[in-house]
Amino acid sequence: MAADAPQTRTHAIKMDSLGRSGGNKSLSNEDIALTVDDLSLYYGDKQALYNIEMKIPHKRVTAFIGPSGCGKSTLLRCFNRMNDLVDGCKIEGKIHLDGNNIYEKGVDAAALRRNVGMVFQKPNPFPKSIYENVAYGLRIQGINKKRVLDEAVERSLRGAALWDEVKDRLQDNALGMSGGQQQRLVIARTIAVEPEVLLLDEPASALDPISTLKIEELIYELKSKYTIVIVTHNMQQAARVSDYTAFMYMGKLVEFGDTDTLFTNPTKKQTEDYITGRYG
Amino acid sequence: MSDRESHSHHISQQFNAELDDAKTRMLEMGGLVEKQVRDAITAFMALDSGLAEEVSKRDNNVNDFEVAIDEECTLILARRQPAASDLRLVLAISKTLNDLERMGDEATKIAKHAVALANEGGLTRSYLEIRHIGDHVAAMVRDSLDAFARFDSTLALNVAQEDNSVDMEYGTAMRTLVTYMMEDPRSIGSVLNVMWSLRSLERIGDHARNIAEHVIYLVEGKDVRHVGLKEMEAEVKG
Repeated sequence: MAADAPQTRTHAIKMDSLGRSGGNKSLSNEDIALTVDDLSLYYGDKQALYNIEMKIPHKRVTAFIGPSGCGKSTLLRCFNRMNDLVDGCKIEGKIHLDGNNIYEKGVDAAALRRNVGMVFQKPNPFPKSIYENVAYGLRIQGINKKRVLDEAVERSLRGAALWDEVKDRLQDNALGMSGGQQQRLVIARTIAVEPEVLLLDEPASALDPISTLKIEELIYELKSKYTIVIVTHNMQQAARVSDYTAFMYMGKLVEFGDTDTLFTNPTKKQTEDYITGRYG
Repeated sequence: MSDRESHSHHISQQFNAELDDAKTRMLEMGGLVEKQVRDAITAFMALDSGLAEEVSKRDNNVNDFEVAIDEECTLILARRQPAASDLRLVLAISKTLNDLERMGDEATKIAKHAVALANEGGLTRSYLEIRHIGDHVAAMVRDSLDAFARFDSTLALNVAQEDNSVDMEYGTAMRTLVTYMMEDPRSIGSVLNVMWSLRSLERIGDHARNIAEHVIYLVEGKDVRHVGLKEMEAEVKG
């Protein structure tokens, strides 16, 4: 056999030679950013998550898919302890971010949320100028130097692929922007404080198709810097943007694997039925 | 794993109907191609130029099938963005069309050789190799289509294994035919027609093996092109 001949002859669908993010991926080769360890969550008496075990790789896009009420948003909210704010919510198990359990006593939730930023379904800019929206996170950290803020605002808006559209009207009110621009502004606001992880909860579901594509393109660019976890109802979107996909059903993690395999040849029948639109 | 029932359980009935229609029409095309192969062999053995002409004419129908079903597949991809076993089904249908169309072309070639032979006044002896290999290959074509219809990867594996014996029979037949030409140089013209027809049959066997590989991809989700039979067997049985 020639030295450059492929060694494995049975190919799962591999695209890595085309430079695409897909192909020949395996969690075992990835740095892990977040580790979910036997996590269960209860809203009062009702259990919403059951013994979730999951490893979310560093600087990759991981998508959560599943029908409404399956717990994907609930799980996403666990990563920055948003569920702490819900009355009667009880959490068992651990989530490690860079080796530290974020549910350990004494963890500063505000600091955690700065490090693990979140973007919601509906864009929620503050009723302030575009500039102040992006600078907000830095100002509450006590940074007020104009030069530093200017730099951070430009860097963040560029990072969110919004700079060229708004650079001449930074003092305009953010609420005058289109929905797609507002959502990218919110992303700019989130990355201004340089988080490690970005949580996106249905970030494009309220947007038109073109704005949606811009957000997806942005996600692709952002993953070189951030670990991204996205919840989406749009399976094609999950297939397009993510490297890894988790399928959840009734509070349980059914299947977790690289996106290419999950969308061409899933292991579990439940996953197959869901992604192909069959009766469960 | 996917099974043949699984494509009729979508929430969208329309999607079920579209997938089912594409598959049914592809199998219909397969039936036509199988008939083309058998008729071409019969025409060759009997030097029946009437039947051979019919085979040549019917190749247009095969081509029309290919274009029409491929269009259906394109529309399904565009409208439904199928995933997992649905995606594999559409891809397998589209690739199988390609192989069926090429089989049709090979059958037409055999028919043309039959006409040429008949015009030259026939053969000086009977060439059972055509009948023998022809039957073998026609059975492979039928089995590959049955395997598709039933989502039967074990039967598909058999087809791939049969292709190896056809290749061996083809080699043996070629050597025999060379000896005939050496014995009687006047027969070279007609023996060449036999050789080309055998070559076409062997190619049809290769296409049947391709279809079998598409079936294994469809059912098992494993791409078994360009792998050895042993590895293929492991994928199907493992």
